[in-house]
Amino acid sequence: MNRYVWLALVALGLLAPFAVYPVFMMKLLCFALFAAAFNLLLGYTGLLSFGHAAFFGGAAYVTGHLVKNLGLTPELGILGGTLFAGLLGYLVGSLAIRRQGIYFAMVTLALAQIVYFLALKLPFTGGEDGLQGIPRGLLFGLIDLNRHVTVGSTPLPLSLYYFTFALFCLGFWVIYRAIHSPFGQVLKAIRENEPRARSLGYKVERFKLIAFVLSSALAGMAGAMKCLIFQLASLTDVSWHTSGEVVLMTLLGGVGTVLGPSAGAFTVVTLQSQLTMVGPWITVIIGGIFVVCVLVFRRGFVGELGRLLRRSL
Amino acid sequence: MGMSFQTVMSQVMLGLNNGVFYAILSLGLAVIFGLLNIVNFVHGALYMLGAYVALLGFTMLGPLLGRPDFHLNYWAALIVAPLVVGALGVLIEKTMLRRLRKFDHLYGLLLTFGLALIIQGVFTNYFNVSGDAYDGKPEVLSGVVDLGFMLFPKYRVWVIGISLVVCFSTWFVIERTKLGSYLRAGTENPELVKAFGINVPLMITLTYGFGVGLAAFAGVLAAPIYSVSPVMGSEMIITVFAVVVIGGMGSIMGSILTGLLLGMVEGFTKVVYAPASGTVIFLIMVIVLLVKPAGLFGKEA
Repeated sequence: MNRYVWLALVALGLLAPFAVYPVFMMKLLCFALFAAAFNLLLGYTGLLSFGHAAFFGGAAYVTGHLVKNLGLTPELGILGGTLFAGLLGYLVGSLAIRRQGIYFAMVTLALAQIVYFLALKLPFTGGEDGLQGIPRGLLFGLIDLNRHVTVGSTPLPLSLYYFTFALFCLGFWVIYRAIHSPFGQVLKAIRENEPRARSLGYKVERFKLIAFVLSSALAGMAGAMKCLIFQLASLTDVSWHTSGEVVLMTLLGGVGTVLGPSAGAFTVVTLQSQLTMVGPWITVIIGGIFVVCVLVFRRGFVGELGRLLRRSL
Repeated sequence: MGMSFQTVMSQVMLGLNNGVFYAILSLGLAVIFGLLNIVNFVHGALYMLGAYVALLGFTMLGPLLGRPDFHLNYWAALIVAPLVVGALGVLIEKTMLRRLRKFDHLYGLLLTFGLALIIQGVFTNYFNVSGDAYDGKPEVLSGVVDLGFMLFPKYRVWVIGISLVVCFSTWFVIERTKLGSYLRAGTENPELVKAFGINVPLMITLTYGFGVGLAAFAGVLAAPIYSVSPVMGSEMIITVFAVVVIGGMGSIMGSILTGLLLGMVEGFTKVVYAPASGTVIFLIMVIVLLVKPAGLFGKEA
């Protein structure tokens, strides 16, 4: 894609907190990264994980525990959460890649359920309440992430926002590099025709596992960020609803497109915040979007746009 | 450890009681998977729907019809709920699943996941998540039976008995009758079966309707035991998925036996180490994936 488009997007990201409610923007960035990480598996490797909330939420819990109970600085907390998610991804991935297609989805869903049980039962997780009141702390021991800068008359949490944005860019860049590397080409070959990739001498299992670990670690980073922003790690973060939501975001935006998951995350997060008045009906709406998407809109927004412009976005 | 024979047996029997639900549900999933090649995520929600047909038929149908003293009784619910849910299944297959046949199987999973969210969402809006009790249990089935080694609720004996009858009849029809041979042939090679003049699309629709009808039947059976709640299906379906991964969806008998066995193992775990009883099925799944990745009854994909 054109470098000016990228520059424009980065500029948009830098200016966003002055135009849009910053907490909303940060939530968006978290879910956009989460969906992009998920898309690395579904879109570029052809693996449907139905348990990605385990990495997102698991990392949120670990980061919360490190920062709140052990007093670590936020960057170490996020690093810890990300590493934990990567390790968990290694365990889950090693098991799940033993089965194909539909079974893969069921295995990941079931394994994620174990993580959910742990989040409910382990002593440091706060049970039904989750971990609340997680402090944001001092970044590198220097920068106060709680600091608000008053612009006009509104105080904006700019340090937290730019920290989040920087992490998002880092994660997104890693994914972009992975997709456009020889490694990414092998992943796509596996997606298109696994036996053929195997016959060409690629160790398919190893590639799948690396993709899985990378995807889960980055999903974990998104969860760790979310935990600092909302100062909360909750059972919702590890539940199958969240696993389903990230599937929807990716599907809606466009499976296997670079910008699709972000567009999907934007749509779903906006819907959720705009439709608070419908209360629990939001589940029905989300389900409805799912059905419509699968039936008539399988390419997603960005996929359709890409088809219109005849280029891959 | 104070593990008396009585305690172990009573937990194993209660486990078997859960096991028959796993068996009916995973059987339905296997039947649907065989012919439609999709994992029916909405199965749990339709199981829940079956329980609600029984509950609402008992409490609300009468007042709704202007005859407050009318109750859809339990026996009627056992027939009506599968028919209602089966009809809904036919509708789902004809209007939606049919269009996905030429696409990746994963889309079927995603579509039915969306449907599950819709159904569960609607019920969450009208009913309490903590659940309602079903009061329509027939008089004949209350009380206990002396099994010789323990006293066991009569209703649970009935549930185990009728479930086994339903499961093995389904097995018999599919594996031992002419109709079943069409189904099995359709699983292997639908084009060829079509060439023999068999209406394969109709067969697929009815199979789906039958599979989800089984789920509703299980839902009615469950209503007097567990509280009827909007989330009863989603809790169940994830466990049943693990059961299906353990057993493999390739074999009807395999899914029945795996369901029964895992229910009993779960019950036994309650005696040995209660905190693990919620996760033991998932842990067994991990072990099976390590030792026999294709599943106990599965063929290597």
